[in-house]
Amino acid sequence: MSREIKSSVPEDNEVILGILNDSKSTLEGIYKSYFPMVLQLVITNSGSDDDAKDIFQEAVIVLYDKVKGGNFELNSKLKTFLYSVCRRLWLKRLNVKSRSSANITDFEDVLAVEHDLEYHEEKDRQFKQMDEALAHLGEPCRTIIEEFYINNKSMQEICEIFGYTNADNAKNQKYKCLQRLKKLFFQA
Amino acid sequence: MELTERIEAYLNGEMSESEFQAFENLRATNPAVDQQVVAHQAFLASLDGYGRKKKLISAMNAIHETLDIHSIKADVMPTSTLIKILWNKYKVNAAIAASVAIIAVYTSLFSTGYFSHNATKSDMNLLRREVKREIGEVKKDQKEIMRNMEGVPVNPGRFGGTGFALTSDGYVVTNSHVVKGADSVYIQNYKGEAYKVDVVFEDAVYDVAILRINDTNFTSFGNIPYTFKKSLSDVSEDVFTVGFPKDDPVFGKGYLSSKTGFNGDTTEYQVDISVNNGNSGGPLLDNKGNVIGVVKGKQSLADGTGFAVKSKYVLAAIESLKSSSQNSKININKRNSLAGLSTVDQVKKVEDFIFLVKVY
Repeated sequence: MSREIKSSVPEDNEVILGILNDSKSTLEGIYKSYFPMVLQLVITNSGSDDDAKDIFQEAVIVLYDKVKGGNFELNSKLKTFLYSVCRRLWLKRLNVKSRSSANITDFEDVLAVEHDLEYHEEKDRQFKQMDEALAHLGEPCRTIIEEFYINNKSMQEICEIFGYTNADNAKNQKYKCLQRLKKLFFQA
Repeated sequence: MELTERIEAYLNGEMSESEFQAFENLRATNPAVDQQVVAHQAFLASLDGYGRKKKLISAMNAIHETLDIHSIKADVMPTSTLIKILWNKYKVNAAIAASVAIIAVYTSLFSTGYFSHNATKSDMNLLRREVKREIGEVKKDQKEIMRNMEGVPVNPGRFGGTGFALTSDGYVVTNSHVVKGADSVYIQNYKGEAYKVDVVFEDAVYDVAILRINDTNFTSFGNIPYTFKKSLSDVSEDVFTVGFPKDDPVFGKGYLSSKTGFNGDTTEYQVDISVNNGNSGGPLLDNKGNVIGVVKGKQSLADGTGFAVKSKYVLAAIESLKSSSQNSKININKRNSLAGLSTVDQVKKVEDFIFLVKVY
């Protein structure tokens, strides 16, 4: 009952390079080429559109982490890797919802990706912890930290945003915020 | 704070050569500083990872917004027309398969005896007695005994239970399951005197039935010694019953073990008392001579779990009998003549008012 999905698929090597260079068009290419496959998998196995979106995005994050961590060996097709990760993630969710486990209608070949997902789970935990810590940090600390450490703005630019008169004040403020964030992060 | 600043400068390579050397030395000699450097580095790494993941997610969400999920879904999922085609093609097969399944289910249910009465019997044993007509040796023995008992109907009846007098003018209480499906009902006291009775009231829900003697030989039972308790009795109270698990009265003694009955049924008491088939419909009396219930059944797979309908529901049955028939002169006894007597004397007095109920 399944249909062959037809779409132009980018070359795997190019995709890997694109990921390493944070190329926007690569991400778009991955999304457009492989999301339909995951949508098919999730919806056929009693999931919704939103489930498919969550699962697919999580798998892309796993792929990015793996490629950027430098330990991605292209010994299988990228498509197979993404499919296997999504399948594993979806099985896990089904188990949590204690619906039908074990049985899942497959559309593609499957790889063993347990190891990758263990690593991913650890990272995911950290991500959630950081998200929580930042949420508790409050303003203006949160923006200062985000602008400086995540968006790589200079102290000068941050001064302008918050109207600090001199960069030293801003710097002091930033260190205080960082100290608090650390405390929140390690408390959790 | 100054240290953090220095660590960051160090990690970002913003130190001059001499500062860098000095800091390297500090790190080498001071393990606490070294540890802080490592921790800070790890923290910045996770902050960086957080940032990158955040950006990746928002970038993906932006791409997701541009997709037309509906058309992708239509592309990917098997369409409903396919299902229709399949249905048209195979509906005959499906119908045949379904009817085979139904037949198979009912055949196996029937063959395993699901529809016979035995299967509907629950864990709760109702205690009416099935009178078996034995053959062979036993039958011969019985004949010899019966020959000596003149005036007693030879036919022992189909079922037997117990009943007890409600009023002196011939009303008797028993369980509705005892007289269920009866053609005719007789009561017989321990002396062997039997009367024909009519079933005048039946309530299968509370399992209460009221019988009235319809016999010209009958005059009166005499004064009833016991009263009916309106309120609830307390757990641990001593209770006794007299019933007819055989053709002679049998005394049973126990205590009230719970205020609810089978599966938590609030219309019943649970009683730890030895009762057997035939005890159904017997009175459950407390040591002051109050009827607190009507023995009804026991749980077959548990010890010490007899059940009795609470007297409240017997009184309710009398009320509804009064209101449903013109006969409104059912006066139940209000004077108790058992209080203060020993159990032996109580049983002696009560025995006259307890009957074997024979159901044909």
